[in-house]
Order: sequence, then C-alpha cells, then structure tokens
Amino acid sequence: MSDTLFVSVEGQVGSFPIAAAFTAGSGVTALFGESGAGKTTLLKMIAGVTRPVKGRIAIRDHVLFDSTNGIYLPPEQRRIGYVFQDARLFPHLSVKNNLTYARWAGRRSAGLSYDRVVALLGLGHLQQRAPATLSGGERQRVAIGRALLSNPALLLMDEPLSSLDHSRRQEILPFLETLRDETKLPILYVSHEVDEVARLADEIVLLQAGQVTASGPAETIFSRLGSHDDAGALVTGVVTASDDAFGLTSLDIGGQPFQIAKLGFAAGTKLRLRIRARDVSIARTLPDAISVRNILPARITGIETNDGPDCDLSLDIGGQTIVARLTRKSASELALKQGENVFALVKAASVDRGVMRG
Amino acid sequence: MLGETEWAIVLLSLRVALVAILVALPFAFIIAWILARFSFWGKSLLQALITMPLVIPPVVTGYLLLVWFGARGTLGGFFNDVFGLTFSFRWTGAALAAGVMAFPLLVRPMRLSIESLDRGLEEAARSLGAGRIVVFFTVTLPLLLPGILAGAVLGFAKALGEFGATITFVSNIPGETQTLSLAIYSLLQSPAGDAAALRLILVSVVISIVAVVASEWLQRRLSGGRT
Repeated sequence: MSDTLFVSVEGQVGSFPIAAAFTAGSGVTALFGESGAGKTTLLKMIAGVTRPVKGRIAIRDHVLFDSTNGIYLPPEQRRIGYVFQDARLFPHLSVKNNLTYARWAGRRSAGLSYDRVVALLGLGHLQQRAPATLSGGERQRVAIGRALLSNPALLLMDEPLSSLDHSRRQEILPFLETLRDETKLPILYVSHEVDEVARLADEIVLLQAGQVTASGPAETIFSRLGSHDDAGALVTGVVTASDDAFGLTSLDIGGQPFQIAKLGFAAGTKLRLRIRARDVSIARTLPDAISVRNILPARITGIETNDGPDCDLSLDIGGQTIVARLTRKSASELALKQGENVFALVKAASVDRGVMRG
Repeated sequence: MLGETEWAIVLLSLRVALVAILVALPFAFIIAWILARFSFWGKSLLQALITMPLVIPPVVTGYLLLVWFGARGTLGGFFNDVFGLTFSFRWTGAALAAGVMAFPLLVRPMRLSIESLDRGLEEAARSLGAGRIVVFFTVTLPLLLPGILAGAVLGFAKALGEFGATITFVSNIPGETQTLSLAIYSLLQSPAGDAAALRLILVSVVISIVAVVASEWLQRRLSGGRT
C-alpha cells in the first residue's frame, strides 16, 4: 500500500501537547482514540484550520505544512474533503447547490462525475430539497457527496455517524463501504466506535492523549482497541467450501479450517472476520464430544490483566492474532503462561467485511 | 389627497432617510463585523461611542454636528473642500443627522447576526476550495441578509422620525430640511394646521407599517423557511 498522506506534527490542544506522526495510504485509515485524545485537532491541522507549532504535512509530494520552510497552505488550497460531525450543509442553498458548491464557488474541476456521486450516495430524490427538510442520515450523505465533488486528494471524516442513532448508522455504513471500495480515495476516518472501525478500516492509527501509540494494518492493531466489552480481533480467511445441507461455510484461516454460518460467497473469496474476546475459550487439551465447531491450536503470545476479574490472552493462530477473555481464576487454575500451546474454542464470529481487496 | 407641498415633504423625508441608511449601512456593517469577530484593546470604548447617539439628548448630538460639520467646523470644512459637500442647512445635513442617530440601531442587529453565524459553515466552504472573499459572498453575506435587513428597517424608521438632532443641526427650512416630523411639528404650531398635520401623521404611520411588513416578508423569503 503506497503512502499518500504524511503527517508529523507537534502542537497544543488546550492544556495538553499533541505530538503525532503517522502515514496513511489508499483505503480507510481509522484514527481511533477516546474523546479528548486529540483526534479532531489532528484533523483540523491536516485540513488547515489549526496551525501546528512545528512539523510537516504532505499529500504525496504536495507539501501542505512545513515549519522549516514556513509553508502553511490555506484550507482552500489543500484539496482535502472534510466531512464534519454535524453535516454543515449551507442552509440557504438547495441540496444540489450544496453538492456543486466546490465547482461554482471553489472552482474545483471534476473528479468523480456529479451523476456518479448522486447515484453512489442515493441522493437522486433529494436534489431540490432544502437542507432543513432532510433527516440526519440524509444530511450526512449530502455532506459526504459535497466533499467528494470537490475532487479531493484525501477525505477527512470526523465521526460522521456520531450524531446519528443506531438505525441511521446502519443506513449510512453501506454507503461508506461502497465509497471505500469503488473510489480509490484515501480516507482518514476518525472514530471511537469499535464497530465502525471493524467494518471500515484497512489501517488503524491509535491515538492516546495526543500521541500515536500504535499504527498499522487493522488486523494487527484491532486487538489493542481498549479493554471494553467489544474487545476482540480481526482475522482474514479464504472461503474454501460451503455445506448446503447444514448451512455452513468453510474457511481457511492461516491453514486452519474454520466454519461459520453459510454466506453467499464463492470459494476463493477473501473475508475479514471479527472474533470477540468474550466468544473465545481456552482448553489445555483437545476436547472431545463438544458442540463448539471451531477449535484451533494456538500459542499464547501475551497475557494482560487488569483490576477486574478478567484477563485477556493474545493468541497466535497460524500467524494471525485473536484475543480470548477468561476470568483470572481460570487462567490461574489452568496455569496459563506466555509461549504455551493451547486450544482456542471459538463460539462465534461475525463477518465484518465482505470482499477484501488484494 | 395630498397637496403638492405635502408630497414634496414626503419625498424629501424618504430621500433623507434612504440616503442616510444607504450611506451608513456599509460603515455600520464594518463596525458590527469588527465588534463581533475581533477582540482588541479599546473595544468597549468603541462600543460606547457607537451607542452614544442613543443615550445622549438628540439636541446635544445636533449641537455637536453643528460644531463639527457646520460651515466653520473642521469636518464640515474638510467635506466642503475635498468633496464639495455642504451639510449646514441643507438636506444632506438632515441625512447626516438621521444617519448618525440611526447608526446604533443599524449596528446592533447586524452584530447579533454575525455573532450567531455558525463559523463552521465558513470552514466547510473553504475546505471546498473557496477563498475568503468567495466564502464571504456565497455563504456569510447571504446568511447575514436577514440581520442586515432587520438593522436597515429599524434604522430607516429611526431616520424617518428623527427630530431633535435635525432641527438643531440644519434647522426647519421648508423644501430643504423640513422632513415629515418637522413639518408636523410646524403645522401643529399654527392654528389652522390641524387637518394638514393629521394627513402627514397618517402618511408617516402608513410608511412605517409598509416598511415593517415588507421587511418581515423579505426576511421570511431570505431565510427560506429556516427559523
């Protein structure tokens, strides 16, 4: 994956310093962190709204900010599409004039065609409406379309779903997936929602208190996204066969067979699965006469305990990492230690991404 | 219904008030913009200065205008020499007095609407490739229009009814500086003037109502159903 965006900045957000360096390529890079970690400030620095104290920001060889040369491009010269938490549609303009604003006011030349964006985001019937008459989900779709039609070299999305309720989110997510898969646009997606990151992200940049604490492919970083109930891991697998009689699809995950509820994917399709830590149990020996279908040989690569009754085990299965959540007492009674070989019993897995690229 | 001289009075009043507002509006907008968007040393002083015509007696404002903008005043001399513009005992002086008195009423609604404008919209517009000036004319100004209009109507009503500063500064000269208010005042001083005064009073009431109704209608149109 070629790097498109290069960011290395130092600055100040209120009272705490921000010092972040990362790169992002094509596809979706999720900028993940708790509220107040400095995610929005970082986006503002990239967009040219907030000036970093020092550092460098560039999209390929187009330098947007460089403190050593005194380069600081204004936002209108950065070719960065910005989708805000609140859609920020221009209330005095129709949906159509909002969508085409970058063309008639910003003098931006066409990238994606107007008709394609309207079709991609399902905006056909909304064009003559006033923004005030749109639902929250429709507004956010128009905002995304408006940013796309500015022919951006990079799209920034600042928690675009956070102001929407659950069903509206489910309405927008497919559009975002289509956007990711059909345009080759690099997207920097700010979120603190694990679900969104699992579905959308190719790469993850983890931000904590203004510092980048980890970055890399989603599968590698995902297991580090906090220790909440939704903690888990992403693994990729390839469809090998489907069993129509029992309604199962077989996958190959790093050389191990794996079965999930039947999906309409052909053999050879690459899928990404999300396995929650609480759905994984551990056995010392290969259990027999057990209903769990997916029992994978695994090696313990790390044990993380916190104040609660639980601990999280990082497990290596054929080169990929999954996480198991056990009680500390179980871990103690089984005398589990780093480096030991065990069996991981996976009770459930969900497919978060259909077809994977590459 | 109105005689020739009465029509002349009405037209003169409208001209004085319109010229006063049209000339004062851009200055008031700039002041409102500065007060809304910037903080600087002496801001409250500027604010107090703008509010002065509202709080000091109009006669005092008229007197100060006479001192500064009269034939021998510093500013009066300057305008006369540089632009060939004379204020003393001319309708232009009446317009100046009306504009000064209306100024605080122009600034206030504009300042409020500038302050309540969501600056995030300007940020969004710039991210879409529009420079500062284009953003101002395509996003900022259209969204401020209802506020500007509200200020203009309020100021126009004030300018139309201005009395104290006008009569002190440019006196009460029929055909030159005698606006509606001054004419009504003069007519009420003469024993046979009641009927004529009543006609002018009705006219001034009608003009005010038309102005307010028109501005409400325009504001609704401009805001396009927004609240």
